[in-house]
Amino acid sequence: MKQGLKAILPALLVMRYSCAAEASLRNDSVQSLPDIEVLGRQSEPGVVAPQTLHGEQLEKLNSHSVADALRYFSGVQIKDYGGVGGVKTIDIRSMGSHHTGVFYDGLQLGNAQNGQIDLGRYSLDNIESISLYNGQKSQIFQPARDFASGSAIYIRSKTPQFAPGRRHSLTARFRTGSFGLANPVLNASFKLSEAVSLTASAEYSYATGRYRFRYRKLFSDGTVAWDTTATRRNGDISALRLEAGAYGTMSRGTWQAKAYYYDSERGIPGAIVNNVWKNSQRQWDKNFFIQGSIQRQESDRYEWMASAKYARDRMRYLNPDTTLMYIDNTFRQDELYLSTTHKLTLLPGWEAALAADWVHNYLESDMANFLFPRRDMLLASLSTALSRGTFHAQAGVLLSYVHDTRLKNPAMSDKKRISSVIKRATPSLYLSWRPWPSRDLTIHAYGKQVFRMPTFNDLYYTDIGNADLKPERATQWDIGAAWQHTGGGILDGVRLGGDAYYNLISDKIIAVPKGTGQYRWMMMNIGRVKILGAEANADLALMPFHNMPHPVSDLRLHGRFSYTFQSARDFSDPTDCLDAAGTYKGQIAYIPRHSFSIAADAQWRFLQLNYSFIYAGERWQNSSNIPENYVQPWYTHDLSAALRLPFRHWELGMTIEVNNLLDQQYEVIANYPMPGRNYRLTISATF
Amino acid sequence: MNIKNLAIICLITAISVSCRQDDVIFIPDRIPTGKPELTSVAGFYMLNEGNMGSNKCTLDFYDMTSGDYMRNIYASVNPEVPKELGDVGNDLEIYGRRMYAVINCSNKVEVLDAATCRRIGQVDIPNCRSVAFHGGYAYVTSYAGPVEIKPDYSQLGYVAKVDTATLQVVGRCIVGYQPDGITVCGNRLYVCNSGGYRVPNYENTLSEIDLATFTETRRIPIAVNLNQVEADNHGRLWIASRGDYFDTDARLFCYDTRKDRVTAQIPVSVSSMWLHNDDLYIVGVSYSGSQLSSERTYAVINTDMGEVRTENFISDGTEKDIRIPYGVAVHPVTGDIYVTDARTYVNPGRLHCYSPDGTLKWSVRTGDIPAHFAFLGK
Repeated sequence: MKQGLKAILPALLVMRYSCAAEASLRNDSVQSLPDIEVLGRQSEPGVVAPQTLHGEQLEKLNSHSVADALRYFSGVQIKDYGGVGGVKTIDIRSMGSHHTGVFYDGLQLGNAQNGQIDLGRYSLDNIESISLYNGQKSQIFQPARDFASGSAIYIRSKTPQFAPGRRHSLTARFRTGSFGLANPVLNASFKLSEAVSLTASAEYSYATGRYRFRYRKLFSDGTVAWDTTATRRNGDISALRLEAGAYGTMSRGTWQAKAYYYDSERGIPGAIVNNVWKNSQRQWDKNFFIQGSIQRQESDRYEWMASAKYARDRMRYLNPDTTLMYIDNTFRQDELYLSTTHKLTLLPGWEAALAADWVHNYLESDMANFLFPRRDMLLASLSTALSRGTFHAQAGVLLSYVHDTRLKNPAMSDKKRISSVIKRATPSLYLSWRPWPSRDLTIHAYGKQVFRMPTFNDLYYTDIGNADLKPERATQWDIGAAWQHTGGGILDGVRLGGDAYYNLISDKIIAVPKGTGQYRWMMMNIGRVKILGAEANADLALMPFHNMPHPVSDLRLHGRFSYTFQSARDFSDPTDCLDAAGTYKGQIAYIPRHSFSIAADAQWRFLQLNYSFIYAGERWQNSSNIPENYVQPWYTHDLSAALRLPFRHWELGMTIEVNNLLDQQYEVIANYPMPGRNYRLTISATF
Repeated sequence: MNIKNLAIICLITAISVSCRQDDVIFIPDRIPTGKPELTSVAGFYMLNEGNMGSNKCTLDFYDMTSGDYMRNIYASVNPEVPKELGDVGNDLEIYGRRMYAVINCSNKVEVLDAATCRRIGQVDIPNCRSVAFHGGYAYVTSYAGPVEIKPDYSQLGYVAKVDTATLQVVGRCIVGYQPDGITVCGNRLYVCNSGGYRVPNYENTLSEIDLATFTETRRIPIAVNLNQVEADNHGRLWIASRGDYFDTDARLFCYDTRKDRVTAQIPVSVSSMWLHNDDLYIVGVSYSGSQLSSERTYAVINTDMGEVRTENFISDGTEKDIRIPYGVAVHPVTGDIYVTDARTYVNPGRLHCYSPDGTLKWSVRTGDIPAHFAFLGK
């Protein structure tokens, strides 16, 4: 059977399972090269295994962007403002989107201006894997910045992979469908030598972003009070992404380098409110970064790595609507990042690591009264890991020193600057234990303290910022277990996992209007949120006809299930508890108590059928949990069918998707209608 | 067994989650609040602004004949209106038998029958802010006047003249930048020019418009960032300046239209003011620099003498329960004082009723950001 499969899929490049559990699923068609799986810090799963989706799994999920794919992880809520171009940010375990670090090929994507990474912009086309770590990646050999966020998402772009005997590979893909989508992609890899490979990727996306949406209200007897259908406008996008990477090996070490460029123009579709059915705000983004890292094992006891990154982002926001405040502002951010990490094996089973990072940010703008803020952040992490048999422990402390400066008075010409300093030490502890050597059951626990710096906008945005803000603090506790089993037989593999956790967020930064009229806002440290949560995940791989004759035996079924419970309650104002509308102990905005996802696929030779279902339970627009603030649950069914036709030297692929099959008219955020049923067709050729 | 476990998890999930239901027209809450009061006043409407983009501008009604507070009544009286009342209510007035609600971010003035709250129609005025009436016409301030690009982008505001019989805009009068409050004094209109979009170059003038010709006669310099104006019974205007939130504090100015000059200025921050006979009731919150200070204002100013009559009209210490005093009104007959609390701005606010001696009579929950009152006669 192995032979048969290999004959059928000679050029199938990416078919890799990665969740710790799935590594043990049959991998007879995997063709990973040793010089790809090299970076030690990417191959070690850590003390607590992450939730991971790999290339082929991502393709099954009818997802267009990284944000879409993250919906399948437990503990994740996406704030989705709708459509192809709408902003999509994620909130992990209700801590708020600012507590999530997003790492692209190992280095963090920064946005000192507003702390927001729009994951809707990262298409899945060039992505090899997405992993979500709660707390942090639980390994000690990593840069200090990797310890500095409340949870971390690692996005890994495709590393070069070559069929045996070949020195290059090329994939061309074209997507089209609803919303006027046209999306050509070209990915290429070249093997320069056994030690060095190159990749290049180019993608262009265009969409009108138009879709029909419908609002209606009924009387309590079921008759229609009003029923309106309209077209979502100003959600268009046009974006170009160019990417190049180099990957190399050397004696006892590896290196990689990457350059990234993204240039987009989009409409901001805005809220649909009474008498306003379209908006006209626009945004232009240009993002560029270049980064590199190198890693080397000097001896059995000492290993080091170093990384560097430079990023420049330009954002222009235009509000041309003269019935509103006309705004045309441009912002430019620079980020410089240097990191060095060292790991020493003190005794067998006992390691210690030291990492030091420097992050420099500068923001400039043509906005009136702009303060031109600059931030230098020094991070040092000291950590140690201990392994005794099936017991693993990691402890670390992160020391942070943040130095901000800004113009004292932007109206003065002397450019005098004033500065402020914040110092913090935040600890973390990770434990895991496998009680029975014969069973693959692991129990893990962690505790972590973290803080997030107020963003430049929070602190210094003209008139809104509040320079006296303190950092927002978060404390996390988690206990969980994971079990996996590999069969043979019908049950090819199964993995179950569960976690219970408690998070406390204090000094939460919240915007409040300043005086009447609502056109001046300010930021304040007034929030306090306690989050009690539980998550469950299951993965199941079946080969129902494994003992039947070939080719019937090739049928594989795979299922993935994740469930999240979150009680995320607002403890900000103890006096606000007089009646049901009180915010004290109310569930915070847009966090459902229950949410879950199911993804299932059936694969037989060249054919694959996928189904996925996502459910987000009832929510409230704010912590006053009354009917006026109620937001309905939403759930979507997605279906797709894929066909792969392998030829001698190339492969043709075709995928047809139907998303939101039942045409549910829903909102993730109130007044931002989401698309109903939509279609997409993908054709790809791999050489 | 593993599949069984999975099935159990699925089952638990299925039980604990709920499905979508139809969106049903909101049935107003009726909350017994005060005691019935039999005066010539039937009650008052309360316009809750609702946070920007939330489309949660709502109308409440306090029925004085029963003492019941009815919350969120618009949708049940006007169930056929898509997306209800709209986004950010900014002013509410009753004129004749009709009520006019200025809905800022929905770019309209909603016209309702004052007795029933039934919708009569709407006047589309982009970025409309405040309304005043005279001689069968409504005068509405709007930020959205003509645009000038050279040398810099700028946009003056205007006052729209609306015929209340036909609900048509019959004239426009250009004023200063971002006009907010408007009032009638004698046969002139006075408009506060805020310049709020031009930070830090705020406006500092009051526009004077001749009602007969509907043309701006002059701009009177007062102070930066003016936002509200009330005319008293002595030909004087009480004008609130918000200051610039940094070096210039908020102040209240008295401008005598007969003497053509500022006759008094009082260092108070005005969120809202209400004229009751010769008493001007003021509530406000002070800002200094970027900080929200703990200073709150509950003052009464005697407009005849131009003096502060009391610095705190709440006498029983219950003002400590108010987080952000936002709106104020006084019962025209009994003199009861109503103060709204915007609290966190994104959650429901509160309304407190005080007797004229300043003791708390009752409190009730409102919609989000309760702000503007309109008393309904019988």
